Amino acid sequence: MAEPQPSPESTQTKPLLELEGVWKSFGGLVVIDNLDLAVNENEIVSVIGPNGAGKTTLFNLITGIYPPDSGAIRLDGESLVGLPPHKIARRGAARTFQTLRLFLNMTVIENVMASQYGQTKVGIARAMLRTPGMRREEREIRARAEEKLAFFGERLMGYRWDQPAYSLSYANRRRLEIARAMATEPRILLLDEPAAGMNPSETHEITELIGKLRDDGGYTILVIEHDMHVVEGISDRVVALDHGVKIAEGTFEAVATNPRVVEAYLGTSAAVTK
Amino acid sequence: MSEAPGTPGVTPPPGDPTESRIGVDSWVAQAEGRRARRRGPARLLARGWEWSPDPVKLLLFVGLASTLPFWLNEGDLFNFGLFTLLYVALALGLNVVVGFAGLLDLGYVAFFGIGAYTYALLSSSHYGIHWPAEATIPISMAVAALAGLILGSASRRLLGDYLAIVTLFFLQAFAAFTNTANPTVHGVGLTGGPNGIANLDPLTFFGYKLNSTKQQYFFLVIVVAVVAAALHFINQSRTGRAFRALREDPLAAEVMSIPVNRLKLLAFVLGAAIAGLCGTIFAASFTAVTAGSFGVPLLILLYAIIILGGLGSIAGVILGGFVINISSQFLAPQNDHPDVKRWLFYGTIVLIVALMKPWYRAVLVLAATIAFGYAVHAIVSATTVATWTTGAPVAAGSRSIRDGIQGWVVMPHATATGPHVNFNTCLYIGLVVAAVTVRSLSGWWRLAALVPTLYLTAMVWENILAQNPSVTALILFGAMLIALMTVRPQGLLGTARVEIV
Ligand SMILES: Nc1ncnc2c1ncn2[C@@H]1O[C@H](COP(=O)(O)OP(=O)(O)OP(=O)(O)O)[C@@H](O)[C@H]1O
Ligand SMILES: [Mg+2]
Repeated sequence: MAEPQPSPESTQTKPLLELEGVWKSFGGLVVIDNLDLAVNENEIVSVIGPNGAGKTTLFNLITGIYPPDSGAIRLDGESLVGLPPHKIARRGAARTFQTLRLFLNMTVIENVMASQYGQTKVGIARAMLRTPGMRREEREIRARAEEKLAFFGERLMGYRWDQPAYSLSYANRRRLEIARAMATEPRILLLDEPAAGMNPSETHEITELIGKLRDDGGYTILVIEHDMHVVEGISDRVVALDHGVKIAEGTFEAVATNPRVVEAYLGTSAAVTK
Repeated sequence: MSEAPGTPGVTPPPGDPTESRIGVDSWVAQAEGRRARRRGPARLLARGWEWSPDPVKLLLFVGLASTLPFWLNEGDLFNFGLFTLLYVALALGLNVVVGFAGLLDLGYVAFFGIGAYTYALLSSSHYGIHWPAEATIPISMAVAALAGLILGSASRRLLGDYLAIVTLFFLQAFAAFTNTANPTVHGVGLTGGPNGIANLDPLTFFGYKLNSTKQQYFFLVIVVAVVAAALHFINQSRTGRAFRALREDPLAAEVMSIPVNRLKLLAFVLGAAIAGLCGTIFAASFTAVTAGSFGVPLLILLYAIIILGGLGSIAGVILGGFVINISSQFLAPQNDHPDVKRWLFYGTIVLIVALMKPWYRAVLVLAATIAFGYAVHAIVSATTVATWTTGAPVAAGSRSIRDGIQGWVVMPHATATGPHVNFNTCLYIGLVVAAVTVRSLSGWWRLAALVPTLYLTAMVWENILAQNPSVTALILFGAMLIALMTVRPQGLLGTARVEIV
């Protein structure tokens, strides 16, 4: 495996997200191969790797869409293995999807309000009667949704809130996915290629946003990204995967110049640009 | 990665992150508004409806519905008023399962039946139990909800087609149980078999009996208003948002902290409870329950209501209930209106032809069809025996219409013998061949082939369909639904859903 190059923090603090010896195969094809990974509180870790390396599968395992064949996945010391996805979301792991999966026929603000289901309580009896407690909770849900959308500045402001999500541009849909994930009040945000399909200025903006999410939002971030400018701009630490195997880990400089990483990318469409 | 496949061509210059795309987004989002503006004053009504607040809409419904008893007689109030509201209430419950949560539940009518039978057992001489409505209504709702919980937990992991099959099986099992199984309890058949249970008590609240149709009708107005308001509030709550989210994308909903399986179960239970409530009211108003009332025909009617009204829209379901029940009652054989049906039939044909573009083609086809008919009629009456053209149209209304039809459509005199016994069969075959020919041709040939096809359609109508009111009712009903859904695929008050963008 790769020579471990742990960053200074990881030796001092207990990791927030921890994977140990995780395996996953689909009908004989091993997609995640004995993977160890640790993400510390308030850290931004990037996962890179050629197409089909198993990056999205890693997110699917963490968020409980599939169970791992073996191995341990822990968030803040507690195992996530076997929990249904909605409970994992409650524990504090929220994600975006590489192939956007917004609630397209709901409004922008409703998307961000819907994902607060797990942290709110009012049931149908109180909803039918519209009790004061129910209305107070509704106001809180709305305020929290507006607060999350405000993170994106004028991009998702004001008149856009009541538009259906399908009317958003592609870049704004990616932003809305992030806002929707933020509204579950996660401790760790898993972003699957947040800059995919964005133009250079939007890519630049997303780079700044991810930094802001950590600094102002207080989120820990695990991000899959193909654009090496973004990876360089945001990462405290980079993990490279190939065929489900961790082939390198460390600073961006170290990983991008690692011969195994360069070799993994050779012959594939996305070349390491540095 | 610098190219943006999903974004329109308007890209700000690189390196300028402050450049905003508000222009593009808002332009896209306002497309609907621009489209609406273009249609002019005809859309004023729709605008007014959109802008009026929800309590006003509910008051409008209660106000309009309350006027019905003052201009309908007892019988019409039962058929058009009471049954419409009963179907509306039932469809509101089905709308929770199908419209809100997006589950294809084909067993829904069984919960209606369970509610009705529960009432029949608890408020009739069948077992000599005569409990008042304030007890039987909650019990019926609870029993139906429990059945919903059981069916839901058995099938909530099933999706789409599988769910449909399992729930349909449940409905059939319920029908078999009530109709055939009829287990003997305390010396009496529990469900009364094919005869059902008769002589039920009227709904009695704290000693006050709802005897007349009018009283039952007003009670239903209240029930529909309360159910609609409750569902509206649920729809606006976090539960309603979660339903919509799981209808949009169950996987994303689950990952966004929404317990999808629990919500599906909740939708089943909520729908079943409403169906159970409707079942008690139905049983009490009809004063009898029979197994035949809870079958697939009712299920089709309810689906027609929610689809026509607009899936997920409460106001749409109410409107859909009125349209569907009134038109199906109107077309039903026992309330036969053959002359109206004829107008509907020819009107639909003319309407379909009139949709052709450019307009002069439509005029040409219609004129040619009329001329073609007279020519065929003249040739037939000149070259064959008289019985070929002496048939009389059914219930033509006025004399001039009858003569017109008789002079235009070839109608053999209806006798069991003679050269035209197989005429009807030949007509059907001819119509199918003509329709297939029309589809396979294009351009002017198609128009030319359309003329004899239309004429054959008229012949089929006058010679066969008009003589069979129950068949024509269904055909017209289907044609009406198809026509409405072509004009408004999202239903009357539903919002158009965008699937792929
Ligand atoms: N549900 C599944 N069933 C079978 N095979 C799967 C499944 N999900 C993923 N795979 C396979 O696992 C491998 C890794 O897929 P994954 O989506 O994790 O790659 P990725 O690193 O995210 O790639 P990309 O950069 O293209 O997004 C691929 O070969 C894929 O075909
Ligand atoms: Mg991927």
